[in-house]
Amino acid sequence: MLPARFDYVAASSVEEAIAAKAEGGDEARILAGGQSLLPMMKLRFATPSKLVDINRIAGLDAIRSHNGHLHVGALVRHADIAASGAVSGAVASAAPWIADPLVRNLGTMCGSVAHCDPEGDWNSVLLATGAEVVAQGPSGRRTIDIGDFVQDFFTNSLAEDEMVVALHIPVPSGRSGGSYQKLERKVGDYATVGVATHLELADDGTISAAGVAMTSVAPINRKATDAEALLVGNAPSAELFAEAGEAAAAAADPRDDVRGSARWKRRVVAAFTQRALAAAAEQAQS
Amino acid sequence: MTDTTTTPPEIGGIGHSVKRVEDARLIEGQGNFLDDISLPGMLHMALVRSPVAHARINGIDSDAAMAVDGVLAVVTGELMAAHNLAWMPTLSGDTQAVLATDKVRYQGQEVAAVIATDPYAAADGAELVDVDYEMLDAITTPQQSLAEGAELIRDEKEGQTDNLAYTWETGDEAATEAAFASADRVVSLTTHYPRSHPSPLETCGIVADVNSVTGQATIYMTSQAPHAHRTLFALVAGLPEQNIRIISPDIGGGFGNKVPIYPGYVVATAASLLIGQPVKWVETRTGNLISTGFGRDYYMTGELALTNEGRIQAMRVDMLSDQGAFYSDAQPTRYRAGLFHVCTGSYDFPHAHIKCRGAFTNKAPGGVAYRCSFRITEASYLIERLMQTAADELGIDPAELRLRNFIQPEQFPYETATGFVYDSGDYPTALRKALDAAGYEELRAEQAAAREEGRLVGIGIAHFTEAVGAGPAHTYDIAGLKMIDSAELRVHPTGKAILKLGVKTQGQGHETTFAQIVAEETGIPATDIKVIHGDTDDTPYGLGTYASRSTPVGGAATAMVARKIADKARHIAAHLLEAAPEDIERSADKFHVAGSPDQSVTIQDAAFAAYTNLPEGMEYGLEDVTYYNPPNLTFPYGSYVVVVDVDPDTGVWKVRRMVALDDCGVRINPMIVEGQIHGGLTEGFAMSSMQWITFDDDGNCIGSNFMDYLIPTAWETPRFELLETVTPSPHHPIGAKGIGESATVGSPAAFVNAVIDAVAHLGVRNIDMPVLPDRVWEAIDSAGG
Amino acid sequence: MEITININGTDHTADVEPRRLLVDHIRTGAGLTGTHIGCDTTSCGVCTVLVDGTPVKSCTMLAVQADGREVTTVEGLKSADGLHPVQQAFSDEHGLQCGFCTPAMMLVGAALIDENPAPSDDEVRWAISGNLCRCTGYMNIVKAIQAAAAAASSNGDS
Repeated sequence: MLPARFDYVAASSVEEAIAAKAEGGDEARILAGGQSLLPMMKLRFATPSKLVDINRIAGLDAIRSHNGHLHVGALVRHADIAASGAVSGAVASAAPWIADPLVRNLGTMCGSVAHCDPEGDWNSVLLATGAEVVAQGPSGRRTIDIGDFVQDFFTNSLAEDEMVVALHIPVPSGRSGGSYQKLERKVGDYATVGVATHLELADDGTISAAGVAMTSVAPINRKATDAEALLVGNAPSAELFAEAGEAAAAAADPRDDVRGSARWKRRVVAAFTQRALAAAAEQAQS
Repeated sequence: MTDTTTTPPEIGGIGHSVKRVEDARLIEGQGNFLDDISLPGMLHMALVRSPVAHARINGIDSDAAMAVDGVLAVVTGELMAAHNLAWMPTLSGDTQAVLATDKVRYQGQEVAAVIATDPYAAADGAELVDVDYEMLDAITTPQQSLAEGAELIRDEKEGQTDNLAYTWETGDEAATEAAFASADRVVSLTTHYPRSHPSPLETCGIVADVNSVTGQATIYMTSQAPHAHRTLFALVAGLPEQNIRIISPDIGGGFGNKVPIYPGYVVATAASLLIGQPVKWVETRTGNLISTGFGRDYYMTGELALTNEGRIQAMRVDMLSDQGAFYSDAQPTRYRAGLFHVCTGSYDFPHAHIKCRGAFTNKAPGGVAYRCSFRITEASYLIERLMQTAADELGIDPAELRLRNFIQPEQFPYETATGFVYDSGDYPTALRKALDAAGYEELRAEQAAAREEGRLVGIGIAHFTEAVGAGPAHTYDIAGLKMIDSAELRVHPTGKAILKLGVKTQGQGHETTFAQIVAEETGIPATDIKVIHGDTDDTPYGLGTYASRSTPVGGAATAMVARKIADKARHIAAHLLEAAPEDIERSADKFHVAGSPDQSVTIQDAAFAAYTNLPEGMEYGLEDVTYYNPPNLTFPYGSYVVVVDVDPDTGVWKVRRMVALDDCGVRINPMIVEGQIHGGLTEGFAMSSMQWITFDDDGNCIGSNFMDYLIPTAWETPRFELLETVTPSPHHPIGAKGIGESATVGSPAAFVNAVIDAVAHLGVRNIDMPVLPDRVWEAIDSAGG
Repeated sequence: MEITININGTDHTADVEPRRLLVDHIRTGAGLTGTHIGCDTTSCGVCTVLVDGTPVKSCTMLAVQADGREVTTVEGLKSADGLHPVQQAFSDEHGLQCGFCTPAMMLVGAALIDENPAPSDDEVRWAISGNLCRCTGYMNIVKAIQAAAAAASSNGDS
């Protein structure tokens, strides 16, 4: 299986990339890690007229803490995140479970986020942590809340002449923790069920902020807002987390498929939410 | 590893873990796989496959494809029909479409082929071939297929009035029914062994080079059976057999997938013949998964009649197989469901009756022996799952139940209720040894304690007996060709030898192990023996490598031809030592006069003399060939114990331990044997846990690439603990039984039994493979656990 | 477009279509057929090569993306000193059967032991979990990579 023909531009700056993409219209695509795009092109599910390769743009590979958030540039590979000392919580927990080790060496976090595959892990992590997407277009940069960025199945809210240049993931100053629990059939598989959690603790030990988001159990990565509401203001406990797990299971909208029944996936959501909250709390308390 | 060597390491005969000869080229990237072959003027072929499972073809428009830069030809069924090549025979006496002319009968069926100067252009062209399909309803299960009023899938087949592919039965029905009628207990299990696919990492491919002047067809092909394929090519294409040379280069895994002849091979050869240039076709992974030989897909109901004490009195089986659109099992002609009747397993009981039916469906054809000997995996799975069911139903420990029913060592040779004559075995010793290694008693205690805490631990046992090494010519054939095999050995004046085989390695290490057999029998160091295989112009005739037949048949041929050579060398040695031939004895590396070890010559001395100094009347040279017709199959066996932990919240199970004892008779190269077992166990684990091909209601294949057809990585694959006993085959020249497939045959039941054992106390008796977490959770949930 | 890739220490310049996959360029452009193709979906890893020292799947990278970079294939593992420790260990430990996945497994192993001189069984399994093998059950591949690590460390010490 081999890709169809396309035009290729190796951009040397973000501005050049945006211009090249705009010229190509809606059939042009940004090529970052290419680990989702190229397989789709080989299967000819995707036939872009033009690829704008951003891999040679300097400065997009930065990963650093800055102003209370983690900045992840558009060329930061999954493997860079897994190896980085700067990451913690759900981000650190999820990084090793993205795809497989070789795909992680090329695939980028920003690319996965922009892909908006509901079976992708990162958007759950970003929803749980309340991250922002930094987009750049001809008129400059804007930040988009991840909840607004993820529009639909494989659909983001970028304009045609915009590209993702970075992600900003909040790093709380106080006690916090996070976790990502993923059920995959084998390494490299998409999640059958994934749950990302993020907890912040107040001085009295109660939960001051909570994020719970789910992978592969709805048409898009979905926040379990009822579960989050249940958690805030309460002290962490096994019972509380079990209750939150049930709330998350209720918020999930899985389908019966070859991976398993919807009924079962809900139970996995409940169990994984509970486990991911316990792991987050343990981290926050330590 | 048991040290059973009789030769010193420098000879490297049987029993030495000699390092592999084939490794040198493979670790440096200098292997020669099919896709590595490039010939001057070579063209590239891409296949157009049906996107739907069942449809009538109203027309094919190839104009747009022909307009693509680099596209030279579009081959359709119509063109093939003009050369009488639109259909070809299958290995089970059916016919199969090469390129569809009337209708497509499964998703992925070959409809047209695009020939171009470059693979990218061929792919572009294939995308533009416009086929007008008139949709028909798809039949996706054999039950639907055999239901009243089901649409006829094989409407082109003369005399075919329904979707039945075959029926076959064996055993004594009356005696079996009588035993069931008077049994204390009857235990039953209905299970589906799902469709699986061998999917070697190298897909199938061909470079066909037909010389338009001489008619010589040189065909490089991913073939496990090059000689048989040459004969079939001659019969199908009407080419003179001496003008066909099939070269099977380095093969990137076979596992049964490279036994059949596929439409792509035929079309590429025809295209080369018509265009007059070499044509290469290398299958895509999707093409491989959706169209080439699958394995299994057996719906089985098995029953055991037992006494209250758990002694089996009889077995009966009703089996329905899903054959796909063409009946193309690779199997001996007389056995319509392969050797499925070996399903009586390792147990001593007098009566069995097996009833088999196969149905056509709108799925890919196949039924290859995926890393097993003709349907033995299904048979072994059924009996070993039934033993677990019986143990659970009767409340007898599953190890104890097996020990009560084993064929005893003194009963060999043992004739089973379905007519196999098992050659040798000591089953109780094997099982006890495996149980001891696993710490069975302690595990049972731990299991009981774990249940108290709400944890689920399972201990699964399987004790399988395989029937491999087909086979005796009076019974076994492939497409009429008797399943003999051959070896040709030539020792050169300097004592270095060339061994040529009718069988063909796909990674099993023939270049190493077959040299070891010759070393054992002649004293020529294994490193002085070059092994040639896979080229039909340069090797003696043979039926190929599958069904674990290389060592049982080709290995026996090698031992026998080496003995002929050693015998001639002994006569030459007698001449050189001026003694009578009957006074000459052979040690590992010398011929000497009986009683006078100092009076000796080496095999190398004898080899030189064979060309320089012969006794009166003896023919020059030291060369011979043997065609070996085995007197019986061989029957390797093994005892496997698996320990699993099951997560009751999610149904996820993990293998904690896997203890595998194999008895394959004499081990030629213990290192290679263990490697074979590791690989086989992994495929067994794969089938039990994740690896299956399923279809939606429209006949769309779910499992058409490696994102959906799951092959375990190193991360999921359990660690294996290997054990052995050695019970030689009494009828095999070197006592070897074959090992390539044992672990795939035996292990699935062990894994599944372990999961069932973990939840049996809740009343769960069956979960079909693959034992996916949701199935486990649903089983626990519906059992009220 | 014209690209130059340094493959195993030698610059290869060629005019390629942008859609040409790196693996095809290596195999048919540079004529190095030790790098294989096994699937269409970035799943099997038999096409693994090192790009600037990092193992990647060359079926999921365009040749043009490798312009100006250094690629190491199995043919580049051996040095003037002889076989790479990982090559020797694969043979010694019976880490290969059909040999189709072997070049990729060895390259991943070589990259791993560059970073981790004594990887555990789990660490090796994790590192090779983007690569499939159908023959060996991975047992002896893990052993081989660990043996190679030990051999490389002891060479380095001496």
